Amino acid sequence: MVSGLINANPVVYEKKERRLRNVATLPDEYVVEPIDQQEIFDHIRDIKDPEHPYSLEELKVITEDAIEVDDERSYVRVTFTPTVEHCSMATVIGLCLRVKLMRSLPSRYKMDIRVAPGTHATEAAVNKQLNDKERVAAALENPNLLDMVDECLAPSYG
Amino acid sequence: MELLDGNLELKEVHKLQGHTDRVWSLAWNPATTAADVPAVFASCSGDKTVRIWEQSPSTRSWDCKAVLEETHTRTVRSCAWSPSGKLLATASFDATTAIWENVGGDFECVSTLEGHENEVKSVCWNASGSLLATCGRDKTVWIWEVMPGNEFECLQVLQGHTQDVKMVQWHPTMDILFSCSYDNTVKVWWSEDADGDWSCVQTLGESSNGHSSTVWSLSFNAKGDKLVTCSDDLTLKIWEADIIRMQSGDGYASWNHLCTLSGYHDRTVFSVHWSRDGIIASGAADDAVRLFVESKDGLMNGPSYQLLFKKEKAHDMDINSVQWCPGEKRLLASASDDATIKLWELATLP
Repeated sequence: MVSGLINANPVVYEKKERRLRNVATLPDEYVVEPIDQQEIFDHIRDIKDPEHPYSLEELKVITEDAIEVDDERSYVRVTFTPTVEHCSMATVIGLCLRVKLMRSLPSRYKMDIRVAPGTHATEAAVNKQLNDKERVAAALENPNLLDMVDECLAPSYG
Repeated sequence: MELLDGNLELKEVHKLQGHTDRVWSLAWNPATTAADVPAVFASCSGDKTVRIWEQSPSTRSWDCKAVLEETHTRTVRSCAWSPSGKLLATASFDATTAIWENVGGDFECVSTLEGHENEVKSVCWNASGSLLATCGRDKTVWIWEVMPGNEFECLQVLQGHTQDVKMVQWHPTMDILFSCSYDNTVKVWWSEDADGDWSCVQTLGESSNGHSSTVWSLSFNAKGDKLVTCSDDLTLKIWEADIIRMQSGDGYASWNHLCTLSGYHDRTVFSVHWSRDGIIASGAADDAVRLFVESKDGLMNGPSYQLLFKKEKAHDMDINSVQWCPGEKRLLASASDDATIKLWELATLP
């Protein structure tokens, strides 16, 4: 079958069950709960893949384990796995992850977004671009690219 | 330097609010360094505006005197005053560079320089104010001649960088142009005779002890014989050249790596600026401002530099630009993603 898609037949995985966040035995509304791995995952699991009607979670582009977070140091690192090695959508996916977290997390947060080592043909170039904030700022002033990102971030009810 | 012996403090003296998005860059007006002229600087932002700030001589407070808007249609990335302080150049992601003139307190856009294919990232005047340089995403560096009547003519488009060019900077006394890039290098551009073509005479790359990631900014010491560069590789590097030889007309003297300041920064270093009295300030994505000076101890193995002071949490977010006021006082301005500008006084504690 001839297809214009980068990855015409991606493997689709089951979604993880949504857990309730741990509730303390004595709930105290004044205690600030630190941001954890699960919370970050909940922010990004439903981002739609730019090519397919599936979420990044369903395509295993992101998993909870691929999120490192240190709330005390206000630091998060998300490592994502493109579905194919030559995925030209990798920078768009990375941009979506960055934008979603920029909009969801407190501004004190520092963020690194990268592709999993060995999962992309131009890994170093993709990582460099995704973490150059001047390039990211310029990309987000591009209406076509911003539309694409916003479409992937639109709330889904899957 | 006597600074090393005292207890220092970098004291926040003003916090200026007004921009509604990240502040990318700022520039002190060089004509306002005299004691009897109020200090002025310009700042530019992701909010597409440029703001002009002036210090009141009586109250010492800072006021926004003008907002330059509705000219640039995208982020204004960089701004630079002409040496006379009469013209302000602003470089924007909208692919243009605007020239503004202060006419009786109002800033008028008197010229728009077009030519870059897309984002312009930096603009700089040479020491005499006769030339302007711009650079951008299209990997090129442009040299413009300043003509009478606010006309600007492109003299040459310099190609050589393999990725976008982050910053251009003229040498403080000679017409030598420096550009730094996403391709990890600094390139030096020079023209042997006054009317000749400019060409790349040196590339400071990883193989010559240069940086291993994007070079964001560079700055010269007062004499112009040393250069500091900063990078995404978390280091600062100091370079040196025999500038006396060049000034005497003996041809190009190359820049040599002197030392690397590593282990100080935790995230990308976006900005570096050398003060007239020898203090290097750096601003980084770890929200801290650091000050470095040449160390007395290192003379046996050549000069070395040491951390003089570190101000953690100088801003709530990334610091994009640090600039020393060219006047007498040790006054430093910093611009941040948190949309504010802060002014700091370096003071010695009793």
